[in-house]
Amino acid sequence: MLAKLGLDGHDRGIKVVARMLRDAGMEVIYLGLRQSTDSIVAAAEQEDADAIGLSMHNAGHLTLGPAMLAALDDAGLDIPVVIGGIVPEPDVAVLTRAGVAAVLGPGASAEEVVATVRRVVGRR
Amino acid sequence: MTEPLTTEHLIARSIGGDRRATGRLLSLVERGGPEADRIAELTHAGADAGRVVGITGAPGSGKSTMVAALVAAFTDAGDRPAVLAVDPSSPLTGGAILGDRVRMAAVDSTAFIRSVATRGHAGGLALSIPGAVRVLGSAGYTPIVIETVGVGQVEVDVTAAADTTVVVVTPGMGDAVQANKAGLLEVADVFVVNKADRPGADDTRRDLELMLELGHVTGQEDLGHRPPIVMTNSLDGTGIEAVRRAIIAHGDHLRSSGRLVERHRRRARLELATRAGLQFDHRVRQALDSPAMRAAIDDLAAGRLSPGSAMRVLAPLVDPTAR
Amino acid sequence: MFETVSGVPVDPVYGSGPLPGEYPFTRGLHPDGYRSRLWTMRMFAGFGTAEDTNARFKELLAAGSTGLSTAFDMPTLMGRDSDSPWALGEVGRAGVAVDTLADMEDLFAGIDLGAVSTSMTINGPAAILLAMYIAVAEGNGVARADLAGTIQNDILKEYQAQKEYIYPPRPSMRIVTDVVRFTTAEMPKWHAISISGYHIREAGSTAAQELAFTLANGFAYVEAALAAGENIDDFGRRLSFFFNSHVDFFEEIGKFRAARRIWARWMKERYGATDERAMMCRFHTQTAGVSLTAQQPEVNIARVATQALAAVLGGTQSLHTDSYDEALALPSDTAARIALRTQQVLAHETGVTNVVDPLGGSPFVEWMTDEMERRAEAVFAHLDELGDGSMLEGVYAGIDDGYFVGEIADAAYRFEREVNANRRIIVGVNDFTDGNDDADPGLLRIDQTTEEYQRKRLDAVKTDRNQAEVEAALARVTADAVDSTTNLMPSIIEAVKVYATEEEIAMALESVFGTHVETAIV
Repeated sequence: MLAKLGLDGHDRGIKVVARMLRDAGMEVIYLGLRQSTDSIVAAAEQEDADAIGLSMHNAGHLTLGPAMLAALDDAGLDIPVVIGGIVPEPDVAVLTRAGVAAVLGPGASAEEVVATVRRVVGRR
Repeated sequence: MTEPLTTEHLIARSIGGDRRATGRLLSLVERGGPEADRIAELTHAGADAGRVVGITGAPGSGKSTMVAALVAAFTDAGDRPAVLAVDPSSPLTGGAILGDRVRMAAVDSTAFIRSVATRGHAGGLALSIPGAVRVLGSAGYTPIVIETVGVGQVEVDVTAAADTTVVVVTPGMGDAVQANKAGLLEVADVFVVNKADRPGADDTRRDLELMLELGHVTGQEDLGHRPPIVMTNSLDGTGIEAVRRAIIAHGDHLRSSGRLVERHRRRARLELATRAGLQFDHRVRQALDSPAMRAAIDDLAAGRLSPGSAMRVLAPLVDPTAR
Repeated sequence: MFETVSGVPVDPVYGSGPLPGEYPFTRGLHPDGYRSRLWTMRMFAGFGTAEDTNARFKELLAAGSTGLSTAFDMPTLMGRDSDSPWALGEVGRAGVAVDTLADMEDLFAGIDLGAVSTSMTINGPAAILLAMYIAVAEGNGVARADLAGTIQNDILKEYQAQKEYIYPPRPSMRIVTDVVRFTTAEMPKWHAISISGYHIREAGSTAAQELAFTLANGFAYVEAALAAGENIDDFGRRLSFFFNSHVDFFEEIGKFRAARRIWARWMKERYGATDERAMMCRFHTQTAGVSLTAQQPEVNIARVATQALAAVLGGTQSLHTDSYDEALALPSDTAARIALRTQQVLAHETGVTNVVDPLGGSPFVEWMTDEMERRAEAVFAHLDELGDGSMLEGVYAGIDDGYFVGEIADAAYRFEREVNANRRIIVGVNDFTDGNDDADPGLLRIDQTTEEYQRKRLDAVKTDRNQAEVEAALARVTADAVDSTTNLMPSIIEAVKVYATEEEIAMALESVFGTHVETAIV
């Protein structure tokens, strides 16, 4: 399940990722722009999502990433979260420690994207 | 980590309003196999209490927006609707992008929305949709709206699963004519002309009326019900309440005329036929892979055997009682 | 004296045919190009609180800059206050946070607004931010008629590409038109719209799509203004454009040249402009942020330099060069300085400013210009048909039906697949990757306390203001929104002056106009 969390409207990357995953044989649920942690939790429950992908380009990841994890935790959902977008190297470690399953940086290839999703889903 | 729940637990939770359990059950139903059968066992009774509404229309007809508005109208009226939003799977990779939730963002959070991919073979959908409807029905959702895109086998499967079928067309582009060609006129119980603010909306309405008139004369199935044509603009909400009322009126007509029973019977027949067909298919495939058949196929390919003779080799392998 | 570095004198222009400064302006808007006036080196800045950005502005002005360019943070761009749940994590991050007039007063404190020109990159809430700017100026005794600058105010491309919209397209268009009419009547030195292809390109379009969609949007604004009774020669002079300069050198140059020619022809032939200034496609250019790589970021300096050169050879009026670290973070001071120095090298060392349109007459460049025009005209024909002879309606239909977003998503994916299949090489990404493991350069870190600070500040403003005045002002905004014949600007100016917040005003409008949900084309 792919979503843009918060106000950031940069959706080029997430749409490309949606197609990469589709072309790898996955079913991708695209929630679109301006999602809240609540709307993502509700959708994840109804869709029985295997993994959640969030795309962030506005330097909000250190706030929004942990907020997403906390919301899933509150709902009792154990679903891996992958963050893609502009995330500086030191923040990757912070996010990973916080429980984000993987971070995909700019320029990640289709193979990397697909392999990462397979890996985090397989770990469940 | 919590313990994996049994199917019985999941169903009890789903009935108790746990959306996560309902979501999980829908995945199991979609996957098929013995687990799906077990769920069907446990949810089939009473699951038909709810209304099942199929909504179909060409891409670009604004159908998702209309469904979102319609679901909101049902919620406002005190109902607890669910949506099965069907999108096609890629025939090449089996993958799919399911984007209907984008339009549903504004829908009240009491509605349950589930995205469904066609997963290649239409027969699969014909099995999983009735299963999903049972799960949602037993969880107390009504109406259950099944939204599909485009035309073809998927529509036929979906409309077969619905009590009431709504066909959405838009002004211009010959939508009404296309709908007719695709056989949607026969299955429509309610017509919606969406984007009715655009030029040509009245022409589209007239086209539909004319086609319905012809259908009426040539003996359309349900003479007690003339499909109403509702003009809508889902961007500003015009006509949405009228669509809701038309759906309810049609449901009432089905009940009072006894046709609901007939539709359910037809639906049951189709579901059984699909299951049997899939099972048969599976056996044929197995038989084709047997050593005896491989040899027969080689002979057929080389011209040493006629198709009829090859069938005579195949038939007893599929069905030992056949001669 | 204009001569090469070796002392060879050169003429201002070579070749024949319509020369620079002559209709249809393919070769440039002015006969002597950059000889009499260089392009404006306008660097975009904004981060943190209003005080932080104010300090950056003052540094820029002290360094001799006369133009300011303001980047707002995402909540401000979306009409949300810093205390909105939606603002979580985004306050002051990608630009400066502005909630009320108090923030705008701080942002421009100590700056003579009668003497600088200010560009504000804002669209959905453009009317509100312009109102605040006017209120700051008038509070300091500067008349609105003396204010110079540009407000982006280009809502159409938001639905197509950047996605920073609030209301549905048609009511948003009314706000745009109200701003155009208000500034035309009361702010003679103000540019009411900057019609932007930049974001369309960044979202993944091709060069031809960027050109076509942007100019089509321009035609739509022209038709909306004409329908509102404006005179084409009056407002036509006040329109400006904003393009991307991407990696393919000659394609970009062809695109810029084609833009001038197409705009001039359409303004004259289709819309009946008679004043040549209303036919001139003036544009700002920014190098392609999306072309920057996180791998070996210093290599981006070379990319930015060639893209900037394409913009200059294409005849841009002003230029922003991206910083090499922008695929990783907001620009650091060092990276921003190098970006500006890159422009200075082009302007003062390369000699490319000595001759106007130096590539004009090259068979390849002329062919590429024609080809860009042909491709754009095919898009215009499609939109014209969608709109039944109206480009405005055609653009609306293209938004409603997902035409623009679908075309852009397809182009973006095609590019991505080419890179993935190694049919297209990106240095450091899919080839020449030695050095990718080098440490990142020093990056700008945004203070995480901005959000807290800004919320407290907003609380204080709300406590100090006269609540009854605010409510009355907001009620007037709502009433004016209902009456489509009333210009919204006066009531919005009154509301900001009594310290109504940006979100309060945006929501007063939303209560009448509703919201917009994108067409789900993935």
